[in-house]
Amino acid sequence: MSDVTQDFLGALRDNRFDFFAGVPCSLLKTLIAAFDRDPSWGYVSAVREDSACGLAVGAWMGGKRPALFMQNSGFGVSVNALASLSRMYECPALMVISWRGEGGDDGVPVASTSKVGFVDAAEHLQMGEITPRLLDLLEIPWRLLDPHHAAAQVAELTKVMERTSRPVALLVRKGIFDGGGH
Amino acid sequence: MKRMDAARAVLKHAGEDALVVVCNGMIGREVWTIGDRPTHFYMIGSMGLASSIALGLALAQPSKRVVCVDGDGNVLMGLGVLASIAVAKPKNLFHVCLDNEAHGSTGDQRTISGSLHLDEVARSCGYAWTNRVDGDAGAEALEVAAKELFAGEGPRFLLAKVEKGNVPGIGRVELTPPQLSARMRAHATR
Repeated sequence: MSDVTQDFLGALRDNRFDFFAGVPCSLLKTLIAAFDRDPSWGYVSAVREDSACGLAVGAWMGGKRPALFMQNSGFGVSVNALASLSRMYECPALMVISWRGEGGDDGVPVASTSKVGFVDAAEHLQMGEITPRLLDLLEIPWRLLDPHHAAAQVAELTKVMERTSRPVALLVRKGIFDGGGH
Repeated sequence: MKRMDAARAVLKHAGEDALVVVCNGMIGREVWTIGDRPTHFYMIGSMGLASSIALGLALAQPSKRVVCVDGDGNVLMGLGVLASIAVAKPKNLFHVCLDNEAHGSTGDQRTISGSLHLDEVARSCGYAWTNRVDGDAGAEALEVAAKELFAGEGPRFLLAKVEKGNVPGIGRVELTPPQLSARMRAHATR
């Protein structure tokens, strides 16, 4: 397990997160692998990301502090659940969202998928481009995860989450959790 | 069998302390009208997610009974969640589907629940117990099934076939969404 993964998991425990659910992404694979190795995390492998949002709302009402894990594609799936469930009912959660397709197609039409030089697979480009703006539109406080200050960011966002009673998000770029160390 | 009567019968046997998650649409307004309790959580919007919320609540509070009052449109929309519930095996989760084969809140457009057996889907996913009460079975059969629903360990699934149609002038939930979630959290963690 890489140090970043270990630090991040430690930060979740230090900030008393105690309910975990999500749908995996290759960018988050070391985190999900750690959950799967140790059943004491109680990680729920959800069938859809909006279902994971529902699980988090139920868990929060049951006294838990939930953290959710998903790809930005799944964040797209969850838009209505976040707006008219999590936000509307003021049920907080820490969302860890991987950022596939960061930067979008960089001006290259998405239709011309035969061209080389895309930042990511074609299906991630549109969503990758709009992910930060979509977080802003939903008024979800978010930070770009800095691997050198992950624990401090989790602690700070947890405070924001408590103060605002709404979901908060950490956006995870490629290479932070999936690179090296294992 | 009217939907509101079916909801009333199930709630009667659920017990006063049960944490009840009610799906969006007319079902929530009917349960509110039957009689609100601080242990009721009514969904407004987010169709399909009542069962996910109930599962999260059941996992967070394993010693408390959690009842999900769902509809056929909701169950179909969150069909994968039946598998999530069956695999998570929460002994304290009781799932009721009031099935009128229609989207009752938007004008009774048909759903596809008349063409498949949702209780059999739940059974094959792995619910510990499933049962089905047909619409012409009568109030007594539903009472028996509701009693049985709560007589063993979950997850358990009861499909109650009910008539289409809404109650004219039915009330609306008079609490705000943050009030509803806060009072559920207060009672669930008591």
